[in-house]
Amino acid sequence: MNPDVSGADPAARAGHVDHPPRMGFFTDTSICIGCKACEVACKEWNAVPEDGISLSGMSYDNTVSLGASTWRHVAFIEQPARPPAEGIRWLMSSDVCKHCTESACLDVCPTGALFRTEFGTVVVQDDVCNGCGYCVPACPFGVIARREEDGQAHKCTLCYDRLGAGLEPACAKACPTQSIQFGPLDELRERARLRVDDLHAAGEDQARLYLDDPADGIGGGGAFFLLLDEPEVYGLPPDPVVTTRDLPSMWRHVAIAAAGLAGAAIALGLGRRR
Amino acid sequence: MAECHPVGFQWVMEAKARGATVIHVDPRFTRTSALADLHVPLRAGSDIVFLGGIVNYVLASEKYFRDYVLNYTNAATLLTEDFADTEDLDGVFSGLDREHRTYDFETWRYQGAEVSAAAGDRDRPGEPGEPGEPDASHGPEHRQVRQAARGEAHGAGGAAAHRDPDRDETLQDPRCVFQVLKRHFARYTPDMVEQACGVPPEVFARVCQLVTDNSGPERTTAVVYSVGWTQHTVGAQYIRTAAILQLLLGNIGRPGGGILALRGHASIQGSTDIPTLFDLLPGYLPTPHVHGNEDLATYVDAESTDKGFWADMGSYMVSLLKAWWGEAATADNDFCYDYLPRLTGSHSTYETVAAQIAGDCPGYFLFGENPAVGSANGRMQRFGLANLDWLVVRDLVMIESATFWQNGPEIETGEMRTEDIGTEVFFLPAAAHTEKNGSFTNTQRMLQWHHEAVEPAGDVRSDLWFAYHLGRRIREKLAASADEMDRPVQDLTWDYPVEGPLAEPSAEAVLAEVNGWDANGKPLSSYTQLKDDGSTACGCWIYCGVRADGVNQAARRKPGSEQSWVAPEWGWAWPANRRILYNRASADPDGKPWSERKALVWWDADEGKWTGHDVADFIADRAPSYRPDADATGVAAISGVDPFILQADGKGWLFAPAGLVDGPLPAHYEPQESPFTNPVYGQQRNPVREIIRHPRNPLQPSGRELGSEVFPYVATTYRLTEHHTAGGMSRMLPYLSELQPEFFCEVSPELAAERGLENGGWATIVTARAAVEARVLVTERIRPIEVQGRRLHQIGLPYHWGANGLSTGDSANDLAHLALDPNVHIQEVKALACDIRPGRRPRGPALRELVRGYARRAGITDDTGTEV
Amino acid sequence: MVPDAQFSSYYGRPVIKEPVWQAPDVAGYLFFGGLAGASSVLAASAHVSGHRDVARVAKLTALGAISLSAAALVHDLGRPARFTNMLRVFKPSSPMSVGSWLLAGYGPVAGAAAVSEVTGILPAAGAAATLGAGLLGPAIATYTAALICDTAVPAWHAGYREMPYVFAGSAASAAGGMGLLATALDAAEPARRLAVLGAGAELVAKRRLIKRLATPGPASLSEPYETGRAGVMLRVAEGLTAGGLAGALLGRRSRALSALSGASLLAASALTRFGIFEAGMASARDPKYTIVPQRQRLPQDGRP
Repeated sequence: MNPDVSGADPAARAGHVDHPPRMGFFTDTSICIGCKACEVACKEWNAVPEDGISLSGMSYDNTVSLGASTWRHVAFIEQPARPPAEGIRWLMSSDVCKHCTESACLDVCPTGALFRTEFGTVVVQDDVCNGCGYCVPACPFGVIARREEDGQAHKCTLCYDRLGAGLEPACAKACPTQSIQFGPLDELRERARLRVDDLHAAGEDQARLYLDDPADGIGGGGAFFLLLDEPEVYGLPPDPVVTTRDLPSMWRHVAIAAAGLAGAAIALGLGRRR
Repeated sequence: MAECHPVGFQWVMEAKARGATVIHVDPRFTRTSALADLHVPLRAGSDIVFLGGIVNYVLASEKYFRDYVLNYTNAATLLTEDFADTEDLDGVFSGLDREHRTYDFETWRYQGAEVSAAAGDRDRPGEPGEPGEPDASHGPEHRQVRQAARGEAHGAGGAAAHRDPDRDETLQDPRCVFQVLKRHFARYTPDMVEQACGVPPEVFARVCQLVTDNSGPERTTAVVYSVGWTQHTVGAQYIRTAAILQLLLGNIGRPGGGILALRGHASIQGSTDIPTLFDLLPGYLPTPHVHGNEDLATYVDAESTDKGFWADMGSYMVSLLKAWWGEAATADNDFCYDYLPRLTGSHSTYETVAAQIAGDCPGYFLFGENPAVGSANGRMQRFGLANLDWLVVRDLVMIESATFWQNGPEIETGEMRTEDIGTEVFFLPAAAHTEKNGSFTNTQRMLQWHHEAVEPAGDVRSDLWFAYHLGRRIREKLAASADEMDRPVQDLTWDYPVEGPLAEPSAEAVLAEVNGWDANGKPLSSYTQLKDDGSTACGCWIYCGVRADGVNQAARRKPGSEQSWVAPEWGWAWPANRRILYNRASADPDGKPWSERKALVWWDADEGKWTGHDVADFIADRAPSYRPDADATGVAAISGVDPFILQADGKGWLFAPAGLVDGPLPAHYEPQESPFTNPVYGQQRNPVREIIRHPRNPLQPSGRELGSEVFPYVATTYRLTEHHTAGGMSRMLPYLSELQPEFFCEVSPELAAERGLENGGWATIVTARAAVEARVLVTERIRPIEVQGRRLHQIGLPYHWGANGLSTGDSANDLAHLALDPNVHIQEVKALACDIRPGRRPRGPALRELVRGYARRAGITDDTGTEV
Repeated sequence: MVPDAQFSSYYGRPVIKEPVWQAPDVAGYLFFGGLAGASSVLAASAHVSGHRDVARVAKLTALGAISLSAAALVHDLGRPARFTNMLRVFKPSSPMSVGSWLLAGYGPVAGAAAVSEVTGILPAAGAAATLGAGLLGPAIATYTAALICDTAVPAWHAGYREMPYVFAGSAASAAGGMGLLATALDAAEPARRLAVLGAGAELVAKRRLIKRLATPGPASLSEPYETGRAGVMLRVAEGLTAGGLAGALLGRRSRALSALSGASLLAASALTRFGIFEAGMASARDPKYTIVPQRQRLPQDGRP
């Protein structure tokens, strides 16, 4: 129905016909004020449980990481300001599931609980997941996890229920500065490129987009970011590649090894009948 | 602002996106600083030097907006010969009565102003109109009037300023305000800023440059502040300094300019407009004092001005009385003026607490207030609560002020025993804003209506329900009484319709009464319609018009995209839906905008009226060329170039001859407790600051006084985004508690090294009042600064915590003292001298022993810190 | 280009999430699954070549091991009652899906083979089942390498080329070892040969894996295999494998030595799986193993 200029159409590949445009997040961390409204709005809307009440000592980040019961996580990084600026700088950034175009968690899920929606997002079906936990180490960003209370995997749904009603996700709605922007992915990517150019023109040469490129290791993210430093400073992998890319090669080696085992047994079995 | 008003801060971000430069001045590097273009760390409690330094720069380099200053401020006004400035008296002004700790304002008046005893004494019984006795201006009544601090009342003026003062248009006369100002601020040099504030000269110079480059006809600069400025013993003077600066730069009354006071949370503005303050009646009318306001005429005479809209104050007052007592209020009985309670001094919350401890205050209502955690000197609060006969707490959750008898810190130390506390505590669950109709009035004077979304469950009731039904029941009990004492209650208009199964009074009906109506019951649309003959009723004159034509204007929700940039149809702003006050000042003396870019309102000569993007804060048909006759009074006396329509002389006050009890000009004084001596003057502290003298309010030595070194650091209290004030609305909720789970202190790596503190570890912070423990966050965001050649470490203390809820901890306000701003009785919690040590605090009686040890080492007596 | 010793992370926190799998369940399954699969191969070969004693031991071992495996796998699920959801879909992109279907086929067949062997019922069907299990056995023994490597766990994913051979060799070694342990001397020849071949393959493949993973810099991916708990386990395993291999070769005439070798090889195979499991966990926990190799493969300006 809508041309997908990003070059990949995960919803179509998943079998959706006549699907709406691919929707996603552009999180512009340069205007994040660290208020954590996104964290709270997400939990309120999705009835996600409280995730541990304890001081981390990590600046103002007591949420620490994404997990089964944290689907938006605001990171805080205190660092020296970049010359010629003096003093210090406090980076703040709201992390979320990337809803990868090539999604490892989706690929490895053995029950089909994880599926691709018509919006191009990746969602877990709570009534199917049996908590095998395979998705957990498959994710290159450490997003999805298994919740102790119910033994199942949970993660951001990009508010699938709200999308279906024509609403924006709870976090985007709550964000007071529009650091979290929601909309058709190709529009967001356009907007983001202009924003980075503006920042560069203003002298902020550390500004960069992360996961905006369909040619990257996950085929581009359905949620991508504008960062003011290297990804690893924010706890993000610098060059994530979906594990499935190497799977064909893995199966080849498995086949050869299996054949070798079988062959050895056959050779052993020939001759020397008792 | 990003921390405490994240939603409001989106507009700062919007401005930034459009090219605005954001400067953040704060001892700490906060989430606001992270998004600002420039962060200026400074010593907590030194802002008058900082702002005064900018004022000095503006004056010395002649970067003030001359036409604006000359025409719209009192720069040219001449002061009386008797005035002596801080320059002459080493830090105090003329008129200081050291014994009684008050100022007599007489020498601050304009030249030629009526020589009279200070406002309030003119009408002492038996001496109408005559100058008072020689000691009349210093007697106990005078002091009480001072203490009742009319500072918060609107339209200051009275006898001290009058409508046609003598002026020097050349601004050269040494006694004109402009020259007095220059002389006064001459010592606030960049070097002084560095010495007192710890702000390096190049940073200060940059601020001065940015601010002045961005002010003038083509550009305006806005100042935004909150309690970092007001919560000091000279807090009101901080604001005055900013006002002087903004007037000099021509930023008041202009778009993108002004001074925006950020109130603490939703509808605090409303709570001063229709006040829960002892010294104000609705619309900033002063509460009458037992001395000086004996009858209505005297009251109006004493409190109003000759000129300007405050001259009509009598109409506002009579209309209020009619709203409250309806039919019973007639011209014959002064419209029930005598029914109003009278002030006998300061009845501020802190005085009340002292009275509670003394046994003079048997009962207490706490409506959505948690003083056991949120008020300064938490221990005194709790000792007060423990000495009541009864306490009624209405809140959403079980706050610490309701459970002090069970789990307050004094139970743990053994100072109080539950079984010995006689206070009978009633806890009544209160409705949240989603469970009732009503309005918010927020920081920009805008009223927004909120609609009930769900019925309150169980016993939960709104404040309106409680107040109405309590009043109804009391009136029923008193119905048959013939005692004169009961007439004020019996005669109240109390006929609000009630709705629904809970018999909820109609908030809309209350709004209608606040808006007011004429003799025929028709809703009023403007305060200019108010009369003093009893034909109008109006519950709050500045809100008159909120229900014009019977339509709830506060409920309007027209999206911004469908109206002009002023967005007048979103909510309703007082007065008269003017969005920027004093906006006549956005046009030049001829009525033309100072620039096209900054056009807001202007004079349309063809139509013969003021027009523009905003509702003009001026008389609609008053031509710029209009000059009043010599004998004109009231509104007729406002000239075409008097934008400040509520001031007695129609001008913005660079010099304030009345209205503030601690000086017509700001002067830097050190906080009540400070490791430093005042580098600016010999006078160490605000000579007329208010001190609650009480054994439970011991004060520390400061500066070079012996024992000051026992408390070498400066702590500042503040809020975090994740929690809400005293924590009742956040620490009980899992989603917020997990975001900031524990009370922590913020210290620099240097201080951590000096005191052996570790990130994630524990620290104990000590003052003469208390010792509290907090987790430690070591951060570069609160760096040490150089002050007067010494290295000062500052400590950050968020004050949200108490014993109840999911996230619990000690209360930072237990550390605070009760030395208050004398104008508004606000506590100084933004700059406290303290000590910090590693590890958790002692438990039980050992905790008090620790604090007593500090007091002994510092040599603290009952008199310490109480010097003028 | 010498890689930078400095790297950034977010407060030293892990980037990815370590598996939620419990070692006894999943590392145990790697061992028992391999043992079962290779045992079925041995059983089929021995059955056909007439080595009935060894075939019997192998069939029973396969059933026992696969039963323990199934129990462990179900136990490790967050919602064990929903284990049948594994058969809702068939996804080649998921080694666990492929494995679930393999197990669904293999389990009954291995069970039939063992039951027929023990009871003597339906010998023809038993023979067919034995062959069937023998055909599926190699897949059972090696697909688990793809399972753990098809994740973001740095030490596992990086070793995906060698891991199947490590697993195949380890499984064969274990199956052969079990045969040596439980079969009389003169009947155990096929098991001995399988054990020697398997142990040799395991030793070589493990060495190659670790060698290829070694890179200069602060985050060589051979490190998790050579240090810490994993390093200890794998070194002990290597010793046990070598010893078992030697013992198998030298113990043709000694029942005791053969049995000891068999036991040694079994222990070695288990330790190898647990060691590899632990190495993966360690590499997931330390952010440097995720960040440094990725940063190293990016050009200087950081763009992929």
